Amino acid sequence: MSTEVRIPAPFRRLTGNRARVRAHGSTVRQLLGDLESQFPGFHGMLFDEQGRIPPHIKIYANGQEITALAGLDTELREGDQVTIIPATAGGAPDIELTAEQRERYSRHIVLPRWGEEGQRKLMAAKVLVVGAGGLGSPVLLYLAGAGVGTLGIVEFDTAEISNLPRQILHHMHDLGRSKAQSAKQTLADNNPDVDVVLHETCLSTENALDIVRGYDVVVPAVDNLATRYLVNDACVLLKKPMVESSVLTYEGQCTVFLPGQGCYRCLYPAPPPPGLMPTPASAGVLSITPAVMGPIQAMETIKLILGIGEVLSGRLLLFDALAMEFRQVRIRRDPNCAVCGDHPTVTSLIDYDDFCGVAAKR
Amino acid sequence: MSITIRIPAPLRSLTGNSQTVEGSGASVRDCIDDLEGRFAGLKARICDDSSELRRFINIYVNGEDIRFLSGLQTPVKDGDELSIVPAVAGG
Repeated sequence: MSTEVRIPAPFRRLTGNRARVRAHGSTVRQLLGDLESQFPGFHGMLFDEQGRIPPHIKIYANGQEITALAGLDTELREGDQVTIIPATAGGAPDIELTAEQRERYSRHIVLPRWGEEGQRKLMAAKVLVVGAGGLGSPVLLYLAGAGVGTLGIVEFDTAEISNLPRQILHHMHDLGRSKAQSAKQTLADNNPDVDVVLHETCLSTENALDIVRGYDVVVPAVDNLATRYLVNDACVLLKKPMVESSVLTYEGQCTVFLPGQGCYRCLYPAPPPPGLMPTPASAGVLSITPAVMGPIQAMETIKLILGIGEVLSGRLLLFDALAMEFRQVRIRRDPNCAVCGDHPTVTSLIDYDDFCGVAAKR
Repeated sequence: MSITIRIPAPLRSLTGNSQTVEGSGASVRDCIDDLEGRFAGLKARICDDSSELRRFINIYVNGEDIRFLSGLQTPVKDGDELSIVPAVAGG
């Protein structure tokens, strides 16, 4: 079973500077063994002292991270492609920037800790944004502007006039139109290089894992708790980092949940009874609030992809527009968490409408 | 004894729209009872019928979640800051 393997820059000293080699193996494990026999020293660069692949090294089989498949036991077939990407300096994928892209991203490329290498990492990244509304609009605009290669959008609603003050992806001519389609058009008008993948469906227990699986980072930009808990649980089960935010009236919250380091249920173990939770329709939401929090979600997502700065993991950022104040409180993983704790009781997706005590969505 | 208590937006209708109030008490629970005495109805929004903290609301003392300290029995002292932070749903 012969498979093409894409070799990251730091490993090429072992392959005679070749970026692509062929190796044999029916599974990823066997493939890596063959790479070691062809290029001694490969194992030492890949595995840590405990014989495990450290979290900063990602291995993809046909574009899917193997941790979302069967790990090292992921089966391979003739013609498959395996890519090894260490998420550290020198791990940028082999993407050649065009002259236009160098110009487009020039203000980012000159930034410290960004460079063309960072730009290539963004262009290879896949981010899923759940919702193209108040938070989703600025998140998507800034991620597209920064050149994230693939943006998935989960959105099934149509644009209404009450959306327009804050849902800046949509315009007057989009009223009554699919928000997913209108989002795709607006993003393409800014940056046609971005591959916008639409998931024009209501995220559900039946489809969430399949949708989330193909992405590197998930950004919930939703307007209800049931979907928040659904996205959270899917991210925990699939070990995806999640950049969470929520807004109401003049306030916003934002944090980052990294796999194994806490989740939304650690923060809010249970939803309020129906009727006890104010909504944007009932309590209002100032348009500026998601306009502030959405770009913060985009920034945290970019930091995760580039591996720079300190993300909000372990911290809950609180924004108060009236006081014009940002505060932080410390949050942590709950060992008793139902889904990410030491003894999880939730090991598959549940009925989240029932969990939140709301009528089922359409 | 003066403890700064930050009131989240959904509860400010009960505190005359004040986002910060001064409170007193030796513990978080005492502070909540003190608040109830001055702003009737506030406790029921924070605690359930068993007087336990509702699971969609967190309280932080000086930035630390009381669930990982001593819960509502977490001691507080003069100069401490107590933040009430509920889950919000909007996006």
